[in-house]
Amino acid sequence: MSASDLRCKAAFVGAGLAGMGLAPGYTHLDILGEAVAAALEDAGIDKSEVDGLFTANMDNILPTLVVGEYLGIRPKVALGTNTGGNSFVDHALWAAMALEQGLCNVAVICYGSVARTGGSAAPDQPPYEMRYRPREPISSYAFAAARHMHEYGTTREDLASVAVSARKWAAKNPLAFARDPLSVEDVLASRMISDPLSLLDCCLVTDGAGAVVMVRADRARDARQSPVYLLGCATAQTHRQISQMPDLTVTPAAESGPRAFQMAGLKPADVDVLQLYDAFTINVLLFLEDLGFCKKGEAGALVAGGAIAPGGDLPVNTNGGGLACVHPGMYGIFTLVEGITQLRGAGGERQVEGAEVALCHGNGGLLSCQTTALLGAASVL
Amino acid sequence: MAPPTPSPDAPGVKFQAFLAEGSFSLQVCDGCGTQIFFPRTLCPSCGSRALTWKKASGEGTVYSTTTVRQKPERGGDYNVSIVELAEGARMMSRVEGVEPAAVTIGMAVTAVIATDDAGPLVVFRPAEGGGA
Repeated sequence: MSASDLRCKAAFVGAGLAGMGLAPGYTHLDILGEAVAAALEDAGIDKSEVDGLFTANMDNILPTLVVGEYLGIRPKVALGTNTGGNSFVDHALWAAMALEQGLCNVAVICYGSVARTGGSAAPDQPPYEMRYRPREPISSYAFAAARHMHEYGTTREDLASVAVSARKWAAKNPLAFARDPLSVEDVLASRMISDPLSLLDCCLVTDGAGAVVMVRADRARDARQSPVYLLGCATAQTHRQISQMPDLTVTPAAESGPRAFQMAGLKPADVDVLQLYDAFTINVLLFLEDLGFCKKGEAGALVAGGAIAPGGDLPVNTNGGGLACVHPGMYGIFTLVEGITQLRGAGGERQVEGAEVALCHGNGGLLSCQTTALLGAASVL
Repeated sequence: MAPPTPSPDAPGVKFQAFLAEGSFSLQVCDGCGTQIFFPRTLCPSCGSRALTWKKASGEGTVYSTTTVRQKPERGGDYNVSIVELAEGARMMSRVEGVEPAAVTIGMAVTAVIATDDAGPLVVFRPAEGGGA
């Protein structure tokens, strides 16, 4: 028995977004409800069939109960694992397991937040660190960026090119929040928050909700939409507090990535489009290295050369990412929705031609927990 | 009803009690020798529950550092660092006695016990004669 047994056993047949950017007056549950309704409509599946519920947020201690009540869903299987923003990518693996075991037949993974217009509760702070007043989560990522610069000569310009690339993609996405052009100089000139990260190295704070629907592969063949299969998925964690991270320049993606690729029977060169959880510019560098798309220390030069921007060899965050499209606090669900969109060929102006394999990578906590998922169009089965 | 008195043997209580006596002490695992921060009830390395409190050397090196920017009227910029202790543990702290921008990765630092609103806490200063 191995993780590979789950390869292609479940598929995404519905995806929905709601409340992107600003949703004044709405609650996080309101836009989550809209996203779920949109995803079910997209799938052509009635809500009454949903018997698997996977959700997490920063607002509710009992998220599956609160969300189940709001949606009017009484699931047979509910899972509210919260490891931060990667949770929803991780949920896909558990949904696939529950589907394969027959514990449920239709699984919904969903999230909503009105972090911009409604505010949101601050998560509990580690007692041994908070007394030194790091500006979290920015300072934690600043520690990683500073160390990466120290060890590998990565520059602020390299980091800035991640934000510039995100804006170029966002310009092609009508749902993206920040679509104006941005230059490296703009990023460097923006207000410093926690050295070496300035304002434009940080993700947006927006409202937004997303949902995806999963079923077993046999049912997916008859779905309304072209099914997108879960080929591989793996999660790894190393710490909660940044001072306990074993190496500030190596994230748990160095473990989740290889395990996900092994499960999928794929390698980095097989990936056509990447969705990398970009809460901060440094994230993209760390994940490109840890996931095997370049050697450790070389991602700065890679992104500065335009590889991840439109027209580059390695299209990253085609929706504009957390830096330019949407980031309501937990971005993971949006990596799945955009990966699915690309593999359906439904990306419009931002479509990566012929995309058959997407890598969706979620980050949780303070680089603490990482989930790598590999998604495939029917053509790769 | 008054809340029960905290046990003096609880790891967090003990850590603070040492600091209040002017001693920066941490647990060291009897089984594998790992110096442990933050205080806890088992060794995160080998799992042993046999942990002995030992005074830390207080010597360390800045592993990473950031300047948190803050308006002057709110107290101005300040340093936050992750310090690797000579015996191995890492902890968040700050380096005092130099401008925040002068704190660099690799700088040798020495622990001192300061106080804030919550009581004594460990901060660091550039090591005597240690340069950077």
